[in-house]
This record gives sequence, structure tokens and C-alpha cells, in this order.
Amino acid sequence: MVDVAFGPEPGQRPNLANPREAYLDMVRRKRMYGGILLVIFVALMASGWMLADHRNAGGFWNGLHQVLDFPSEVLSEAWEKRANLPGIFWDHVPALIETVNIAAVATLVGALAAMGLSLLATRGLARWPRLIPIFRRTMDALRAIPEIVIALVLIYILGGGPVPAVIAIALHTGGALGKLFSEVAENADLKPVEGLASVGANWSQRMWLGVIPQVAPNWLSYALLRFEINVRASAILGFVGEGGIGHDLKIAMQWGQGRYDQVVAIFLLLFLTIVLIDRASDHYRHKLVKGH
Amino acid sequence: MTDATLAGPALAETVTRAFDRKQRLAFAIPAAILAYLVYAAISFDIAGLMARARFDNAAILLSDFWSHKTHVTRDNRTGNLTVAIEGEAKATYPEGRLPDWVTVADDVTTIDLGQGHIVTYDANGARYVVPGYGTIDIREEGGRPALTAPEPIPDWISVGDNRIGVTTDAGRFTYTRSKVETFRYQPGWELWFFTLDSPLYGKSFGELAALAVSVERLDPARSNLALIASEFWTNRMWRHGDVAWAIFETILMAFLGTMTAALVALPLSFLAARNFMAFGPLRFAARRVFDFVRGVDGLIWTIVLSRAFGPGPMTGAIAIALTDTGSFGKMFSEALENIDEKQVEGVRSTGANAVQRARFGVIPQIMPVFLAQVLYYLESNTRSATVIGAIVGGGIGLLLTQAIITQKDWEEVAYYMVLIVLMVMLMDSLSGWIRRKLIKGE
Repeated sequence: MVDVAFGPEPGQRPNLANPREAYLDMVRRKRMYGGILLVIFVALMASGWMLADHRNAGGFWNGLHQVLDFPSEVLSEAWEKRANLPGIFWDHVPALIETVNIAAVATLVGALAAMGLSLLATRGLARWPRLIPIFRRTMDALRAIPEIVIALVLIYILGGGPVPAVIAIALHTGGALGKLFSEVAENADLKPVEGLASVGANWSQRMWLGVIPQVAPNWLSYALLRFEINVRASAILGFVGEGGIGHDLKIAMQWGQGRYDQVVAIFLLLFLTIVLIDRASDHYRHKLVKGH
Repeated sequence: MTDATLAGPALAETVTRAFDRKQRLAFAIPAAILAYLVYAAISFDIAGLMARARFDNAAILLSDFWSHKTHVTRDNRTGNLTVAIEGEAKATYPEGRLPDWVTVADDVTTIDLGQGHIVTYDANGARYVVPGYGTIDIREEGGRPALTAPEPIPDWISVGDNRIGVTTDAGRFTYTRSKVETFRYQPGWELWFFTLDSPLYGKSFGELAALAVSVERLDPARSNLALIASEFWTNRMWRHGDVAWAIFETILMAFLGTMTAALVALPLSFLAARNFMAFGPLRFAARRVFDFVRGVDGLIWTIVLSRAFGPGPMTGAIAIALTDTGSFGKMFSEALENIDEKQVEGVRSTGANAVQRARFGVIPQIMPVFLAQVLYYLESNTRSATVIGAIVGGGIGLLLTQAIITQKDWEEVAYYMVLIVLMVMLMDSLSGWIRRKLIKGE
């Protein structure tokens, strides 16, 4: 009670006899902390950039005027061969579809896994409340492993193709969505669940009929956002590993001059797809969450 | 009452129709998902994949994760014997300091694989005694290895024209014309602390502790403690120093990228918020810039930038910064549009100018969103920096992809994977801790 009425410990309590002094004192202290934090932050950033610059093969100032060299070289070659572009677009559409398919299947499988995991890991809903920490740690671990690690290891075992990428992205998605799903499910109204329990529904029926309808809009919205992220991840995995439009891009880049029209075509294709999916997911998420 | 009766049949119809629709949807959605998955399975060629999958690779991978193998190789032409961990030149046992399970007497090498499995190399060929089965005897006859073993030959002995292989629980044995090789598997990651050429190899923790406090110096130039630290740090097999540096570089990339993006996006987001930028075209332009840098994916930025700046952590940091400037700009401007105008009004009433209004009326309101997003991105960028590092050639991502591409140092892959997971978990809990401290004031 003393704390509530007069603030912290007696020695550190502001001197109420002189409120002006006390206030200025507090402001001064706040400013000092803020200033110290700012100085540390600026020092970290400055030394960090200097270190990174030093470790880089080419320096920042040497490279700065070259930033536009590569794009302009690529664009000028592509401009000369602009007649080829529609044909190249067409050639790479199957790879693009593969990239999107990888992301879609991974999101779907990951979201389904996340549904189960999140319900099992949510307080008040869990089938086995004692196992909640296990399911939570499972999700943490799934989230922590970068996709590329799983993908490269799986490429070694399964050979190339889209499946390693799907599994890698799906595992990560399961962990990431599981956490978000469980945060949503925590806020679900428990009355329908109790009602279902009173008529003898088992756990899966209680979840399916009592919880899922409540959380579905938010879950779908998160899943859409994840799909958008996964399309990018799938393109990157293609570049590092195998499969999809990322792989085509890598091959075209390695070829270098003479195939820059392909590079531009793939860049454009990827850019347009990402923007399109971004837009669509934005639109539908708005609709789902805000209802208009 | 009249209304209700009038509405009655129509209402019943509507409800029935809605009910039917729901029922149809309840089946249609799972059916659509299933149909899509079937299509995907066909287009991804799952059947072909199962045929191509190499589960022996998986076995190698798993065994490398927790064990190491030592190659005992004899060159059949010169008769030279090498004992090397994982067959690597830098982990070859020097002559006279072979492990105690390999004994050399005259021209006869005896390898004790444990559990009674004994392999002997001699001038005529090699013998492998498998308990419960018998002796597998291989002799050189007419330039080709000839096998004598109890009939019938079990399937764990593979006999080819020029190659005879034996795989047991204790190890693997291969005989070809040019060489005879035995692998012994032992648990643990060998040479993790000190390599064979180090004076400290094979010492126990107790001995090391005693060395560290003793006055007698192994290396007159340095104290023993410094020697131990540097021998461990510069371990040639595991390269702990390089790995620690790579982890640091990855975190550095994520930190610099995220913070720079946040600092750049904060002022720019004012330009894209409707309530701060009344001039439409400029607002439109700012938004399109955000969309553009976000849409041109991190992958593309990375490629373009590494052409200009060369490989290294700075390239990765700039790529992260560029992509996230777009994401941050979009989020911050949305947060700005949702602020409460009353606080700004209050600050304005004291005669504050635009900058002061922004500093005292607006920033405190968007600070929670700002911090939460920045910290969340910092954590997620640690993961991205691993991938970007693999492309731009910096950080732990590069080490990992290199180790995977060689397809034999799986114990290093396992080590890096563990480190990456720990790093991400550390950043996760660190950012969560800071978030709680700053936003909730706990």
C-alpha cells in the first residue's frame, strides 16, 4: 500500500515538499538514461558498419558508384532484346508455378500442423494440459531452424526437386503459425466449448465446433500473411538449393552477359507475383479481420 | 405477431438454405484441399522422389551427427599405413602415436574394432574375424582379391570383381586392389578440443587444469592458459575462432540491417501517412517506394548489391536494410494513421512546432508498435541473415553451405546447425526480454 501511495522505497521516494525539484530531478535522470542509451546505440551502429565495411570484399565508398552499373548493364542488354521478353516470360511460367506451389503446399501443410499444435499448446484448450510445455518447445525449435538448413540436408537425402523445399518451409511454418494461432486461441470464448462439453462432445468435436469457428478469420489471416512470406522463401531456397524460379534465376545469373534478358524477365515475373500476392493477401486479410 | 407469421416460411427457407450451404462448404473445403494436395503430389513427382531418395545418405548423416569414424588405410602397392580421423589429412595420426586399438608389428597391422571383431592386414592380404560367423580371409591372387569365408556368404558381405566390402555393427571394411580400408565408428565428435598435432591432444580436463596453474611452460613464449585457449581457438578441424566470428557476423548483419531500416523508415513513414502528408502525389510516391523495395525481394537486392560491394557482411546488411525499409515504412505509416489526434492537439495548444508535435505528441504513441516490430524483425532477420550469408558469402550461412556441399563433414554440419538454432533461440528470448522490459515496463 505504501508503494501505491507514495511510490518506491522511502529513501528513493520523491521529495513531496518540493515537487518542482522532484520533477526536474526525474526529468534529468530520464534524459541522462536516454542520452547514455543513445550514445551506446550510435557507437554500436557506427562501429558495426565500419567493421562490416572492413570485412567486406569491396568497400562501401568504392562500391557506391557501382551500385547502378550492374542494373544498367542488365537493363540495357534486356532493352536491346526486348522482343524476346514475352517468350521468356512464357518459358519461365512453369517454374514460377512450381515456386508458388511449393509455398502453397508448405503453407497448407504447415498451417494444418500448426492448428493441431496450437490447440494442444493453449492453456484451457489443451487435450493433455501437462504436455503443453512440450508442444510449446516443439514449436520454438521448429521456428528456430532456418529453412535453408533443413532444405540443404534434405536435398542430400532426397535429391533435388521441390519436395525438400516444401518440407523445410512447412516445418518452419508449423512452428511460426503455431505460436500465432495459439495466441489467438487463448482469447477464444470458452462458453461454446463448455456447452459442447455438456452435451458430451469429445475433445476434437469441442475444438472443431467450438473453437475453430471463432478463431478461423484470424487464423486464415495469419496463414495468408505466411503464404506471402513463404513465396519469397521458396524463391530464395530455389536460388540456394534447387527447384522453381529461384533456380532459373541462378542459372541465368551464372551465365552472365548474353542472358540478361532472362534475368530481367525472371526479376519482373518474381516482382509482379510477389506484389500481386501481397496485394491479394492484404485485401483478403482486411476483409477477414475487419469484415469489410 | 403478424410480422412473425408472415416472415415465418421465408425465414425458415433462408435458414435452411444457409444451413445447406454451410453443410456443402464443410465438405467442399476439405475436398478442395485434398484435391490440391493430390495435384501437388503429382506435379512434384512424389513417386519418382521416393525411388530416387537415398536413405543410405540419411544413415551416414545420422551416424555422423553423433559419432566419428577413423579410417585405417593401407596402400596395397606401397604398403604405407595411414590412420586418420574421417580420412582427413589434417587429422592423421603421426607415426608412433597410433591409437591403442591399432597395433603394428613388422608388416602385420592388427585393428581391434571392439566386441571381438579383429581385422588384420598382412603381406598376403587381410583377414577379418567376425565373432559368431568366422574368419573372412582375403588374399591377393592373380592381381585380384579372392575371398575365403564360411558358406553361405551373408548379404552384409558384398563381393564384386575388384572390391570386397564387409559391413558390421563394429565397422566397415573394404578391400580393393589398390588399398584396404577399415572404418571404425566411435561416439562423439573427435578432436573437438585439440587436434592431433597439438601438444595438448589427449589430455583430460584434470590434466589441463593442472597445466593451466603450473608454472612450467609447455611453450616458453606463452603461459599455459594462453596456450590452451589459443590451441582450442585455432583448432584446425573445427575452427572455433572462425565459427564464433561467423556467428558474430551473422548477428551483426541482422542488427545493422534492422536498425538502419528502422531509422530510415521512421521519418519516411510520415510522408506516407494520410494525416501528416496532405499533399497526395508525394504520399502516393512514398507508398510506391515502400512497395517497390519490399516487392523487389531480399534475394534480388542481395544479388544486385553483391555485384557492387562484393561478397561480405556489409552487402548482406544493406540488403536486409533495403527490404525492411519497405516493410517498416508500410507498418509505421499505418500506425501513424491510427494515432489519437487529441494528444497532438494538446501539444499544439502549447505552441509546439511540427517537429515538437511529432516528438512529443506522435512518437510516444507509435513507440510500442515501433519497438515491437523492430525487435520482432531483429529476431527474424537473424534467420534471414543465415540464408543471405549463404548467398553473399558471409557469416555462418556460408560455413554451413560449404560444409553441406562437400557432403562429408556432416559432423560440422550438425555443429553449425546446433549453433544456428541456439543463436536464433538466444535472439528470440533476448528480443522478447527487451520487448517486455520496454513496452510493458516489467
